[in-house]
Amino acid sequence: MLAYALRRLLVAVPTLFIIVTIAFFMIRIAPGGPFDRERAIPPEIEKNILAAYDLDLPLWQQYLKYVGGVLQGDFGPSYKYRDFTVLDLIASGLPASLQLGGIAIVLAVLFGITAGTFAALSQNSRYDYLIMAGAMTGIAIPNFVMAPLLTLVFGVYLSLLPVAGWGDGALANKILPVIALALPQIAYIARLTRGSMIETLSQNYVRTARAKGLRERIVIVRHALRGALLPVVSYLGPATAQIITGSVVIETIFDFPGIGRHFVQGALNRDYTVVMGVMIFYATLIILFNLLVDLAYALLDPKVKYEQR
Amino acid sequence: MQTLISITRRTVLFTALAVTFALAGPAGAEKILRVANFGEPESLDPHKVSGVWTHRVLRDIFMGLTTEGQGGETIAGAAESWTVSADGTVYTFKIRDHVWSDGKPVTADDFVYSFRRILLPETAAEYASLMYPMKNAEAINTGKAAAETLGARAIDARTLEVTLRAPTPYFLTQLTHYTAWPVPKHVVEKHGDAWNKPGTIVGNGPYLLEEWVPSTHVKLVRNPKFYDAGSVKIDRVVYYPGEDRVAGQKRFRAGEVEIATDFSSDQIDWLHKNLPKETRIAPYLGIYYYPINTTKAPFNDKRIRQAMSLAINREAITNKVLKSGEIPAYSFVPPGTPNYASGPSYMQWKGISYKERLAQANKLMSEAGYGPDNPLKFTLSYNTSENHKRIAIAVAAMWKQIGVQAELFNSEVKVHYDALKSGDFQVARAGWVADYPDPQNFLFLLESKSGSSLNYGRYDNNEFNSLMDKAGVTSDLDARAMLMAKAEAQAMEDQPVIPIYYYVSKNLVSQRIVGWVDNARDSHPVRFLDLK
Repeated sequence: MLAYALRRLLVAVPTLFIIVTIAFFMIRIAPGGPFDRERAIPPEIEKNILAAYDLDLPLWQQYLKYVGGVLQGDFGPSYKYRDFTVLDLIASGLPASLQLGGIAIVLAVLFGITAGTFAALSQNSRYDYLIMAGAMTGIAIPNFVMAPLLTLVFGVYLSLLPVAGWGDGALANKILPVIALALPQIAYIARLTRGSMIETLSQNYVRTARAKGLRERIVIVRHALRGALLPVVSYLGPATAQIITGSVVIETIFDFPGIGRHFVQGALNRDYTVVMGVMIFYATLIILFNLLVDLAYALLDPKVKYEQR
Repeated sequence: MQTLISITRRTVLFTALAVTFALAGPAGAEKILRVANFGEPESLDPHKVSGVWTHRVLRDIFMGLTTEGQGGETIAGAAESWTVSADGTVYTFKIRDHVWSDGKPVTADDFVYSFRRILLPETAAEYASLMYPMKNAEAINTGKAAAETLGARAIDARTLEVTLRAPTPYFLTQLTHYTAWPVPKHVVEKHGDAWNKPGTIVGNGPYLLEEWVPSTHVKLVRNPKFYDAGSVKIDRVVYYPGEDRVAGQKRFRAGEVEIATDFSSDQIDWLHKNLPKETRIAPYLGIYYYPINTTKAPFNDKRIRQAMSLAINREAITNKVLKSGEIPAYSFVPPGTPNYASGPSYMQWKGISYKERLAQANKLMSEAGYGPDNPLKFTLSYNTSENHKRIAIAVAAMWKQIGVQAELFNSEVKVHYDALKSGDFQVARAGWVADYPDPQNFLFLLESKSGSSLNYGRYDNNEFNSLMDKAGVTSDLDARAMLMAKAEAQAMEDQPVIPIYYYVSKNLVSQRIVGWVDNARDSHPVRFLDLK
């Protein structure tokens, strides 16, 4: 298993390199540059600025410089926020993004699996229909609609929770963004769990467990749920990626100081280095999570093993 | 199953408890002003910034030779007094006896150092050109002269002499701009580029930097060493950078900020109805206009440009589309701009009815060879924004009456201005807000001399250029105003730009704020505000 993990990590290096290369040239194709403003900068001053950031060099030289820097862990300065390096910005956004994404995914798993299991156990009952209707709504309403609705109701009408901002990390400020981020995931996981649970409950090994006279709770939690969770686990890899990219929208709406906002602002500002840095960070995360999911599979499903041939 | 349910129940309980605790924040007697600032400062180094949102934050930390008063007027700042030579080119400032926040005295040498620093090409200051009125400034900034040749010298620790290349009536006001603010020489030399980090940054303004978390907030705390610290009433200022106007308005309604420095125009009806006292709208020195690419046919024909301008019903745009108190524009320089006794020069047809204007416009179009059978077709570009779109739709509808078919094209702001800069447009949307209140700061946009990359429409008129050149070396204010008014009249006749409306500043100001004075510079220094 260790050898498998190492092999996967090695393959990730060229993948990242290709991502860096494509991203570098793609963002340069976008019209407008980091120093195009509503009020144009006089050419002689623009020359000074471009020179200060090596942006006056031929593109291939800039590329080599950039890749050289990245290899040494230097992601360059932000062109827009001139007091910060890209790493400063990512580091400053990381706690917020991790908390937002982390809590959301935990909630999604917790509530999604509970609701899905409950629905499966009371299949075709009133509760089942209610939960599934809720889940369908959760999937159908995009979070850029859900988020403003939540702020309007809980922030403005009821004045229960802050509508935006980080609030020095206060829990109250995280509740709405976490809910907005988690809801569609809860819905999806609930549907997934329900489907696979219903399937698992009719499996022979579950019937055997019941026939042995095990208590229903043990049958469900220890036997059925374990099998039913496989599709959920394989969904969690892409879901984590989705939560990260989804948080780009949520962070913007809630004015939440995470990495996603830097990504959006960076793209709009043509802050090349910030966009590249965040992209590399996201790519690394996605590669990592996919690996973790694959490894988790081996733990849950005895049929899957990663052995050296 | 029950385990799962009990876990869920516990989670819900815990969450509810945590929310309760989080909401019950401590209450103190400290006065904290929270501002929705709609922009992240690019830097806290006054030489590396642009944008009014950054100006607001930095104004609390630094103070120029002159500074902004409660109503935006220019008042004495780091200089307590000054004299001007008879020809208007030499200013001698007496530096106020005051200190940096680390206790070191602010000296004339700090100013000389700062003026040179912003002009050095390696500082890469975006706004360095604002310092060009100083002797040799432009040559230094373009690498053609040494920094030591700048027309600024310290006669002694508290006497500063500044020499200009030509009389500049707006110079004292220009010194209130961040480009002219001092940076502490001893700190910058010691820490280099890291001088402006929390812990090392030192200023001479009413507040100090306490914390800056990008995308989150900038927190400032009162500077006890500020020369007028006794009259500063607010203890802490927090600036929130979030750019979403609607979110800012929600935060204002929820009482999370006391000031929101802008709001979305489409909210105006709701705001007038629900927050009439908090909604502050005031004339602002800015112009919303459509530059026309005069190098491209048929727009090189003056008659077409005049007809297009005639056909725009500006009152309909301000009263029916925008509804936030904007003023219809019939000149390029907004009325009320200082140093402009004889201006602004309005378009000659300002007084006639819209019906007559349309008739005139149709006549001009048919003279130029266009009409219902041969409509003029072109693209009207604007940067993506709800307001720009609404205006463009209205204007395109008005143009239909003179046989013009304008296709609307929107792009994000960087792409839009990139196209304007490279002349890759036919008719487009643009806007300008004055850096310093003087007609020259508007009219220079139409000058064709090299370096004016803001002359999007490539207007090139010898008469206009020579009038502006003459004004640039005229020290008598009235004569200078007269020259610029003539130049503006020429431009309004040629119509390389179609002025549409003069800007207004839009703020949401809590009724707890004391000392807020609406003004044309939209300047409200925190040191003059109080909270009740």
